[in-house]
Amino acid sequence: MSLSAKDKDVVKAFWAKVAPKADDIGQDALSRMLVVYPQTKTYFAHWKDLSPGSAPVKKHGATVMGGVADAVGKIDDLTAGLLDLSELHAFTLRVDPANFKILAHNILVVFATKYPNDFTPEVHMAVDKFLAALARALAEKYR
Amino acid sequence: MVQWTDFERATIKDIFSKIDSAVVGPAALSRCLIVYPWTQRYFGSFGNLYNAEAIKSNPKVAAHGQVVLAGLEKAVKNMDDIKTTYKDLSVLHSEKLHVDPDNFNLLSDCLSIVVASQMGEAFTADVQAAFQKFLAVVVASLRKQYH
Repeated sequence: MSLSAKDKDVVKAFWAKVAPKADDIGQDALSRMLVVYPQTKTYFAHWKDLSPGSAPVKKHGATVMGGVADAVGKIDDLTAGLLDLSELHAFTLRVDPANFKILAHNILVVFATKYPNDFTPEVHMAVDKFLAALARALAEKYR
Repeated sequence: MVQWTDFERATIKDIFSKIDSAVVGPAALSRCLIVYPWTQRYFGSFGNLYNAEAIKSNPKVAAHGQVVLAGLEKAVKNMDDIKTTYKDLSVLHSEKLHVDPDNFNLLSDCLSIVVASQMGEAFTADVQAAFQKFLAVVVASLRKQYH
């Protein structure tokens, strides 16, 4: 399920629309993940405050979306482009890759709440494919 | 037995009273067929599903979307025993329709997305958690009679 030229165009166009709110989106998606999938909190036991809108959640949401933005720019070769991030996740963070899917779902939910008219089924499909490809690139160095 | 908090009960009833059921069912099903095209395997008799436009305007998809939502509304009315309420539906999906139960999760995801887009900011993290828990119970009940 690799990204077609059309998928990439759709992703880039949608990203251009949502990029101004990227930090907000990241914070919202991360907050939702921690509430709706409480097992994900195990990766953030070192934070004082895991509640939606807290300082660490805000900061980390922005970090994560920065990574997504970077990936959009490297959409033609995600594996090569995200090598460093993959090493980080594989050797230091050791996040189980199943969680990438969980976070992706919450990013999609935030897109739906904030951009109901733009997040059409066609856009949904392309973005879903892109986030899945991003997850695969992140998991590249795991084993 | 599933334990529902007061918040969860109220939230589920509230969601279903607020959403436009004539819109949500068809929107969720057509989204599922578009975003996860392999799910079209179960709808060979529905005619033209060749592209997103065809799927969105297909009357059989729309009608079936309503059927699915009516099924969910039945679960909302019987929240304390969805498992029993769905016994025949589970047998139907397994024995007659031969639906791979993993597809239930795909449609669930699309339902969450569609309800999220209808409710906007009102679809908070806590509301999302309640809704997804409800869908998880529905899916588990639909899987129950598979063997």
